[in-house]
Amino acid sequence: MPELIAKSPLAGRAPVTRGTLRLSETSMEAITSIALFPGQSKAIAKVLKPLGLTFPTPNTVAQSGEARLIWTGRDQAFLTGVPAPAIPPEVAAVTDQSDGWAGLAVEGPAAHEALMRWVPIDLRPAQFPVGMAIRAPLYHMQAIILRLVANRIDLMVFRSMARTAWHEIDLAMTTIEARDMRTK
Amino acid sequence: MRIDGKGLIDRTKPVRFTFDGRAYGGYRGDTLASALLANDVTLMGRSFKYHRPRGVMTAGSEEPNALVEIIGARNQTPNVRATVQEVFEGLAARSQNRWPSLKFDGMAINDLMSPFFSAGFYYKTFMWPRAFWEKLYEPLIRRAAGLGSLSGRHDEGLYEKSFAFCDLLVIGSGPSGLMAALTVARSGADVILAEEEARLGGRVLADDIMVGGKAGADWVAEVQAELESLPNVRIMRRTTVTGVYDHGTYGALERVGLHQPARANLPRECFWRIVAKRAILASGALERGIAFPMNDRPGIMMAGSLRSYLNLYGVVPGKRITLFANNDGARATARSLISAGVPVAAIVDSRPDASMEDGTIVHAGAQVVDTKGRLQLRQITVQKGNERIEIETDTLGVSGGWNPTLHLTCHMNGRPRWSDELAAFVPQDAAVPGLVAAGAANGTFSTQGCLAAGHAAAVQALSDMEIRPAAIALPQAEDTPYRLTALWAVQGKGRAWLDLGNDVTTKDVALSAQENFSSVEHMKRYTTQGMAPDQGKSSNVAALAVLANATGRSIPETGTTTYRPPYVPVSIAALGAGGRGMGFAPQRFLTSDQASRDRGAPMIEAGLWYRPSYFPKPGEATWRESCDREVMMVRETVGVADVSTLGKIDIQGADAARFLDFVYSNTFSTLPVGKVRYGLMLREDGFVLDDGTTARLGENHYLMTTTTAAAGLVMRHLDFVHQAFCADWKLRFISVTEGWAQFAVAGPMARALVNSFLEAPVDLPFMGVCPVKVGGVDGRLFRISFSGEEGYEVAVPTRYGEALFRDLVARAETMGGGPYGMEALNVLRIEKGFITHAEIHGRVTAFDIGMEKMISAKKDCIGKANAARPGLLGPEREQLVGIKCSGATALVAGAHLFAQGDTIKRETSQGYVTSVCWSPTMGLWLGMAFLKNGRARHGEKLRLVDHMRGVDLGVEICDPVFHDPAGGKLRA
Repeated sequence: MPELIAKSPLAGRAPVTRGTLRLSETSMEAITSIALFPGQSKAIAKVLKPLGLTFPTPNTVAQSGEARLIWTGRDQAFLTGVPAPAIPPEVAAVTDQSDGWAGLAVEGPAAHEALMRWVPIDLRPAQFPVGMAIRAPLYHMQAIILRLVANRIDLMVFRSMARTAWHEIDLAMTTIEARDMRTK
Repeated sequence: MRIDGKGLIDRTKPVRFTFDGRAYGGYRGDTLASALLANDVTLMGRSFKYHRPRGVMTAGSEEPNALVEIIGARNQTPNVRATVQEVFEGLAARSQNRWPSLKFDGMAINDLMSPFFSAGFYYKTFMWPRAFWEKLYEPLIRRAAGLGSLSGRHDEGLYEKSFAFCDLLVIGSGPSGLMAALTVARSGADVILAEEEARLGGRVLADDIMVGGKAGADWVAEVQAELESLPNVRIMRRTTVTGVYDHGTYGALERVGLHQPARANLPRECFWRIVAKRAILASGALERGIAFPMNDRPGIMMAGSLRSYLNLYGVVPGKRITLFANNDGARATARSLISAGVPVAAIVDSRPDASMEDGTIVHAGAQVVDTKGRLQLRQITVQKGNERIEIETDTLGVSGGWNPTLHLTCHMNGRPRWSDELAAFVPQDAAVPGLVAAGAANGTFSTQGCLAAGHAAAVQALSDMEIRPAAIALPQAEDTPYRLTALWAVQGKGRAWLDLGNDVTTKDVALSAQENFSSVEHMKRYTTQGMAPDQGKSSNVAALAVLANATGRSIPETGTTTYRPPYVPVSIAALGAGGRGMGFAPQRFLTSDQASRDRGAPMIEAGLWYRPSYFPKPGEATWRESCDREVMMVRETVGVADVSTLGKIDIQGADAARFLDFVYSNTFSTLPVGKVRYGLMLREDGFVLDDGTTARLGENHYLMTTTTAAAGLVMRHLDFVHQAFCADWKLRFISVTEGWAQFAVAGPMARALVNSFLEAPVDLPFMGVCPVKVGGVDGRLFRISFSGEEGYEVAVPTRYGEALFRDLVARAETMGGGPYGMEALNVLRIEKGFITHAEIHGRVTAFDIGMEKMISAKKDCIGKANAARPGLLGPEREQLVGIKCSGATALVAGAHLFAQGDTIKRETSQGYVTSVCWSPTMGLWLGMAFLKNGRARHGEKLRLVDHMRGVDLGVEICDPVFHDPAGGKLRA
C-alpha cells in the first residue's frame, strides 16, 4: 500500500520579508465550490444559516468565525475554513476545489502597492476594504484576491502557477524596497 | 560657467561624470546639459541628416539637439536627452551620430552636399535602377539611418509596470498644477500629482517668480511640504504623463532609478497606468524658436531656457549673451542675467514698437539674418531697416513665443483651436472627457492667471465629483500681459531650420508645398518634420505657419498634424516590464516535476506546463534511444506517465446531460453511470474544436477531459454556449484541472500494477470509471488508453501527486517498466492512429478525420449545420491517412505529398504530413497526413517532399491505425 504524503503547492516555502512587506504561503484548507442552480437563493440561505453565513453578493466575502464564503463568480462562491455542509443536489453544484489553488498572503501596510504592480484593480484599503473579494488578473494569470483583515491581502492562484505568482509578487516587493532606499 | 549664489543644485554634493570619455564635475541636482554648460561644453551633438554641430536648445524634455547615449554596465541607452538626464557619480555619457568624434565628424560631408539632400531626395533618387533598391540603396540608407547605437546585447536592467487610481490626476506642478493639487488635496479627494522634472515648481522655479510675497522656491517648498503631509496625496516626480486612453486611463513613464548609479533591484523605469475620475492638464507651455538663417549653431538656444539654466542650476552658457525675440518674455531673461552680473550685449526685438528699456542696447524692428561660428556661435548679423549690424556673441537666446503644451488633449481625436491673440493653438474644451487644461497649457501665461486657473479647474473637478471645495486663499503673483507679434521665419540667405531634430528647413517646407504636398499631413511625411525623437515639440507650429505662408492659407485653415501618444519616448523595456524571458507567460509545474528532473528528464513546455520529454538511462546517447526503449517498455511491460495537464471540467445539474449532447457531436445522455466515452466537439463553423473523454460519475454529474493545449479554450467555449444559449438551464461547471493529479499506467502489466496499490483490487472494464482508495486517499480510476495497450488512469487530489508518482514509478520498475515521457507518448499514439492537435489544428472537419459518423443524426449540436455545408464533405477534402516508409530516411512533419511524376510545385500538392515517428514496434517510419480523397487511396505510393529540409522520398499511403487495429489489447 503506498503511503501518500501531502505537499502544499509551494511545499512549505519559507516566507520572505522585503522592507515592510511579507509574503507567505497560506495553509492548505478545504475549499468547496458552491454553485447555485437557477432560483435557489432561498434554499441556499436555509442551508447556510447554521454556519452563520449568507451567500455573498458579488465581490464580497461572507464571514462567520472560521467559515468564509468567498464570491468567485456568477452564482458561485468558495466555502473555506469549514467542511462543506450537506447541500441538496438540486440546490447547488458542490465541487471540491481544495487542491486546485495555492494560497498566498501579502502582509504590510503597502501590500496593495506590491500587488498593484500586477493587478489592474484599486486595492487601496479604502477602496478594497476588509470583506471584499475579487477575481482579477495577476499579470498573466487569474487570481482570487481578498481582504479578510487590515494590512493584509490574500490571494488564491492556480496551484500549478504558484511559483510564478510567488516570483512576481516577490519581485514587486523587492523593487518597492529598493525604491524606498534610492536617492531622493 | 557657474554663477555663485544662483540655482537650486546641492553644492555640498559634487559628482564626477564623463562625456565622451572625459571627466567633468557637477552637482547633485544638475542635468547632464546644465553640468556640461557649467564646464563650458556647449557642443553636445551632431544633427541627424547634415551632421552639423549642435548645442543644447532647451532645458526640458522637448530638447531636439542634445541627444546622447548613456552607457551602463549592463545596458546602453541611445537618444537620452541631456536636458532630462540627471548627473550622478559615475554617469558615463557619449555623444552620438558622429564619426570619429564630436568635434570632427566625417559625415559632415553631408552638410556640403546639402543642396542635393533637401526633402524628397530619397524618394526621387533611389527610384532607379529598380534592381538597385534591395541590394544597394536599402542597405545604404539603413546604415545611414537611425540615431544613436545599441549594444546588440539584451538590456538586463530591471523595469517595472504598475497601476494607480485617484480621484484627480494633476499633470504638471507649476503654479497651476500646485494650486490645483493643493485645492483638491485640502478638500479630501485623492490626488496624484505627476511632475516630469525632479523638482516640483515648473516655471515658478525656472523664472524665479515671487508668489504670495515669497521667493518662488519657498512657496513651492511650503506647498510641497503640505502635500507630502496629506495621506490623500501621491506626488510622482520624474514622471511624464505620456498618453490618454479610454475611461480616464493615463499612461505615465517614471524615471525610477535613472538619476542615480544602478542598483540591484532598483527599476530603471516604471510604466504607470493611472485611472483618474478627473484630470487637470497643467503641463505649461513650450517656447518656440524663430526660423532665421543659420539658426542652429551651438550657443543658440531658447530665451526661457537661459532663465532655467540660471535659476535652477546657476549656469550661464556664455560670456556675451544676446537675445532675439518677438515678445516681451525675453526681457525677463535679460533682467535675470543682468541682475546675476552676466552682461547682455543686445536685445534684438522684431517689433518696431518694442520697449527700449531693460538696461541694455535694444534693436527694435530688427531681425537676426545671419550667424557665424562653426562649433560655437561667434557673431550674429542684425538687419534693422537698411542697416546691418554685426554683434560678437557666444550665446543667443531666442523667443518666438510660447505654445501651450496641449498634446494630451488631442490624444482622443481632439483638435486644438487657433488663438489669433496668442498666435498659438490652445486646447479645445472637453476634447478629452474628464480632463481640463489649466494655466499656460490653456493659454494663460501670467503666474497670477495660472494660480487662479489651477484653483478654478480644481473647484470645477471637485464639483463634478460632488465634493465640497475647501476654502483656500489665492496667493498674489505677477500678472504681466503676454505681448507678442508673430514672427515665424526671417527671410535671408542661408538655411533656416524649423525642426532641428530632423534637419528640416523652411526651404524644405516650401519645396513640399511647391511639389503639391500642401496638406499639413503630407508636408510632415515629405519633409519628416516632427518625426525625430522630440516629435517636433518646438517646431510643429512654426512649420505649419511656414506652410500656411507658402500655400497662401491661414494657419487655422492649414491645421495641425495629429498629436499621438506617447508625449515623450517610452522604452519598450518599460512597456514590456516583467515579460522578458520566463516572464513571457506563467510557468505551470506538475507535481511530478521534481521527480522527473531527478531522473534527468529534459522538460519541454506544452500549454505552459513543463512535461518530461524522456527519461534517459545510462548508456543512452540520444533521445531516440530513450524514446524507443520507453515505447517498447509500454508495449511489453508497463509504463507510467503524468497526464495531469489534460483539462478537467466538472459538470453538474439536471441539464448536464442535455448540455453535453449540445456541445459534443455525439451523445452523452445515453452514457451509463460509471462509464467513459470519447467525445468530439465542434466549433460553430463546423470544424473540430477539441476531443477528449467524458466520464459519467452520477446521474447528473459528469467529468469532461480536454486536451492539454485546449483546456482554456474549451472552458471558454462552454461558458459561451452556457451564457449565450442556455443560461436558464440547471447546469453548473467548474474547472478541476488543478485539483487532481492523474497518472496513466499502460501496458500488458498495467492491471497488475494498478491492483498492487489499490486498497481493493478492481476489475474495471474498458471505458469504465470508479472511485478507489489509494493509501487511504479517495481517488478515481479510469480505464482508458492513449497508447493502444491496456491502460488505466488513476487520479488523486493534487497534494498527493508527487508521492503517488514516485510510488507508481518504483512499482513499475520492479516489474521491468518505468516512467515514459512526451516523446514516447507521441510515438505510442501515432502507432495507434490517435489524433492530437497536430491533426485537429483548426482547419479540419469531423469528415476529414473520418469521424463524421460521430455527428449524431438524432440530435442537434453546436457546429452540426455548418459541418454539412457543401465543400466540407467529399473526395475533394484532404482526409486523414497513415503513411509509412521502410527506408532509413526520416519522415518529416510539414512535408507535402505529391503524385509520382507530377511537377513538384504548390499547385500540385495533394496533401501534407502532420505527425511522424520512428516506430520501434513496427520497425518503420510512420506518419499521419491529410491527403485529397485519402481514404480511397490506401496502398498508393506517393512522393513526400520538404523543400525546407531538402527531403524527397517515396511513401505508402495506408490506414492510420498501425498497431492492433482490432483493439484487442486495450480491451484485454
